[in-house]
Amino acid sequence: MKLPVKMTINGQTYSHEVEPRLLLVHYIREQVGLTGTHVGCDTSQCGACTILMNGQAVKACTFFAVQADGANIMTIEGLAKDGELHPIQQGFWEKHGLQCGFCTPGMIMAAYQMLERYPKPSEELIRHQLEGNLCRCTGYHNIVKAIQWAADHMPAKR
Amino acid sequence: MATVTERLFGKSIKRREDPRFITGRGQYVDDVKLPGMTYAAFVRSPHAHARIRGIDTAAARSHPGVVAVFTGRDMTGVNSLPCGWDLRKAKNIPGVVQDLAMVPHMPLTADAARHVGDPVAVVIADSQGAAVDAAEKVRVDWEPLPAVTATDRASAPGAAQLHADAAGNVAFRWALGDAAATDAAFKTAGVTVVKKRIVNQRLVANAMEPRACAARFEPATGELTLWVTSQNPHVHRLLMCAFVLGIPEHKVRVIAPDVGGGFGSKIFLYNEEVVCSWASRKLGRPVRWTATRREAYQTDAHGRDHVTEAELALSRDGRMLGLRVKTTANLGAYLSTFAPAVPTFLYGTLLNGVYAIEAIHVEVTGVFTNTTPVDAYRGAGRPEACYVLERMVDAGARALGMDVAEIRKKNFIPKFSGAFQTHVAVTYDSGDYAGAFDKLLQIFDYKKFRAEQAEARTRGRLLGVGFSTYIEACSIAPSKVVGALGAGAGLYESGKVRVHPTGMVTVYTGSHSHGQGHETTFAQLVADDLGIPIEQVEIVHGDTGAVPFGMGTYGSRSASVGGTAIKMSLDKVREKGKKIAAHLLEASAKDIEYANGEFRVKGVPGKAVPFGAVALTAYVPHNYPDGLEPGLEETSFYDPSNFCFPFGAHACVVEVDPETGTVRLLRYVAVDDVGNVINPLIVDGMVHGGIAQGVAQALWEGAVYDAASGQLVTGSMMDYAVPKADMLPMYETDRTVTPTPVNPLGVKGAGETGTIAATPAVVNAVVDALAAAGVDHIETMPLTPERVWGAIHARR
Repeated sequence: MKLPVKMTINGQTYSHEVEPRLLLVHYIREQVGLTGTHVGCDTSQCGACTILMNGQAVKACTFFAVQADGANIMTIEGLAKDGELHPIQQGFWEKHGLQCGFCTPGMIMAAYQMLERYPKPSEELIRHQLEGNLCRCTGYHNIVKAIQWAADHMPAKR
Repeated sequence: MATVTERLFGKSIKRREDPRFITGRGQYVDDVKLPGMTYAAFVRSPHAHARIRGIDTAAARSHPGVVAVFTGRDMTGVNSLPCGWDLRKAKNIPGVVQDLAMVPHMPLTADAARHVGDPVAVVIADSQGAAVDAAEKVRVDWEPLPAVTATDRASAPGAAQLHADAAGNVAFRWALGDAAATDAAFKTAGVTVVKKRIVNQRLVANAMEPRACAARFEPATGELTLWVTSQNPHVHRLLMCAFVLGIPEHKVRVIAPDVGGGFGSKIFLYNEEVVCSWASRKLGRPVRWTATRREAYQTDAHGRDHVTEAELALSRDGRMLGLRVKTTANLGAYLSTFAPAVPTFLYGTLLNGVYAIEAIHVEVTGVFTNTTPVDAYRGAGRPEACYVLERMVDAGARALGMDVAEIRKKNFIPKFSGAFQTHVAVTYDSGDYAGAFDKLLQIFDYKKFRAEQAEARTRGRLLGVGFSTYIEACSIAPSKVVGALGAGAGLYESGKVRVHPTGMVTVYTGSHSHGQGHETTFAQLVADDLGIPIEQVEIVHGDTGAVPFGMGTYGSRSASVGGTAIKMSLDKVREKGKKIAAHLLEASAKDIEYANGEFRVKGVPGKAVPFGAVALTAYVPHNYPDGLEPGLEETSFYDPSNFCFPFGAHACVVEVDPETGTVRLLRYVAVDDVGNVINPLIVDGMVHGGIAQGVAQALWEGAVYDAASGQLVTGSMMDYAVPKADMLPMYETDRTVTPTPVNPLGVKGAGETGTIAATPAVVNAVVDALAAAGVDHIETMPLTPERVWGAIHARR
């Protein structure tokens, strides 16, 4: 049995027929073809699949695709606008906040919501807010620096 | 053509690979999409040890969407996965015992499963879902057998036997050093002897990207392309073609695209990539497999897992007279690709450390158990050696009532460059161990800390400091020597420089980046050497179809071995360029010099031709020297004359909560000496990550098997403690620079230093904090609150 789903991803509308058991992350990667969202575990620990769904940072492995029917989603591919990097992306680049790059899309999407909630987070708050995202390369030092850089370079909210 | 005069070697430039990663455009193996793709799901043993009476695949085969189901019996003509390091071939090394049980390791085991996760069948289907569903329908008739998982129980009387050819589960016995001299040191009048049992627990690498492969066989051409999460694609190709499948190497292309971390675990040839390659040939369709994290825990080669009895003999004034080490190393159920090398030639040879110890003897027994195979994990043998030595130095200081900094200073090998012969076979290249330690003490302000610690104790707070003064061995070479130690491969590296007609440069390196940033550091090296803008340089790696045969990246070898191979090709390009330039400038080649991106006649200002013009001439050779080949492209293979030996000194401060046993890391300071540094930003990043992994071994990580069932209890990220951001501090990093005389770049290696140094620094700090409570040793890591609390209360 397949069910219809329709959602907006990075401003574009997609509709498919999917198995009810298909996870949102696999839908995004395999069906829509946006492979920037990664799968690093099967127990929702690693956070590599973090996306924004209706403005909330969520792990795309914790939803079925059918649960996202009608949702507005942003993935890592939708963050840079008109070829211009978002300050968080720029911060990860400036501060060497990535090595192998596999956790990076999830880290950046988690940081996106973090900075919406806490525009000037302390080091302690950044570390606490990242507890749902694992990195094995950086020891987190430069990820913290990257998010601090982004906080300092975010355009002022109107 | 633009030229640059600013030196890039040594500059912290941003990484050139990052734009694709921060925008979600990285291309990892699981991102590979091929027309007609099929998906593999493996049927694995739920038992630690069980005989296979039979496998019924009928229900799985008739499941909708299933293309094929294969068991080990179907894979006729396929050989065992090879072990690439044969200790029996070790020769001309004093004290070495030659012995190894080369047991078979079939891609799909047909007789018995020997660890949880051992694959016994594969289902290939049109969709991932169908493959997984059908795999559940494969019925294996298991006869469960007794299992043994613990390192120190493997050879106990009555322990389960894994292999017919390995009595007592002994894979090998190995020894190194001078036993008689060591015995004599322990009999010196007035010696103090400290003896400790030291357990270095089993770890899982946990690269964030799970292992994956996609194999595509083209029946029309007979070509097989394998995308695989590999740190060394040529090695994968060679082992798979020549040893396992018996297929022509030149018809196989192995591509390791963006790879999401390795830490050793992606060096080895694994069952799944062999099975998928074989199945794609059989079916004529592409076959893809990506590990779940559970599969990663059960099948990625694990690391460490040593049980050691160590004895250190010291003179009354604290000089290290003799070190005797007996280690049992758990190799798991089979011999992984380089497994025998890790607890022997990468471990015993490092037990001299940075100290002028007078005599050393080490014995290692490698044992099989019903656990996942163990092989190189970040540091591979060197962290285990450093841990033993650094714990023993601290234990020695406590036994003598000496300060832990003083005992180190007393025993450092004096500063040298060129050669220091150790008692354990290797010869160090250059070192200034006291220099790094002095710098550390200065940054750390040791005296001030001891005062703070004493003051804190009066208020019931337990603070502790731990030092680790380590040696690391990287760029293992030359091939002749590693061959004599038992290696089945050489340990050189390739580097090809292709100058295009427009003066653009593509460099092909046999090294492989899975986070190390080669596209940046190697480009810095090339742009700097040729005096051209970095934008004119592109680095290609990870594709056997493009790159000359190379050995890949592990053991912190890329800059020193891979970088030097590129440098050799650059030198050749320059020499040929001089001949072309000499012709254009109507001068003699010996009068041509190269600087700032142009060839010029020495001493004749203005008489010069830019690099780009020479490149164009090489490809449009109208006005060209007679007898010179057209083109400007050079290939080199660099086989180093010796290892490189980075070193350094780390310190950390912990606070232990006496009520709960919780350890908090308050400060971490690292002074590393990795020789010359090409990109400090990247080197610091690697040091940070290494420290995190080393700290995590000391405090949190450990693979745990249930002794009764042989189940891997820590089989998911819920159960295995990969550290999170809020568990770690900012790290203070600094350097001393002692270039190696081994290679022309003077670079040593930086990928593993943090992992080697951090574990003993943290454990030493915890023991220091607990000294007031009468604790002088904790046998087993990780130092969980339970263990620390137990150590405190055992003494009360």
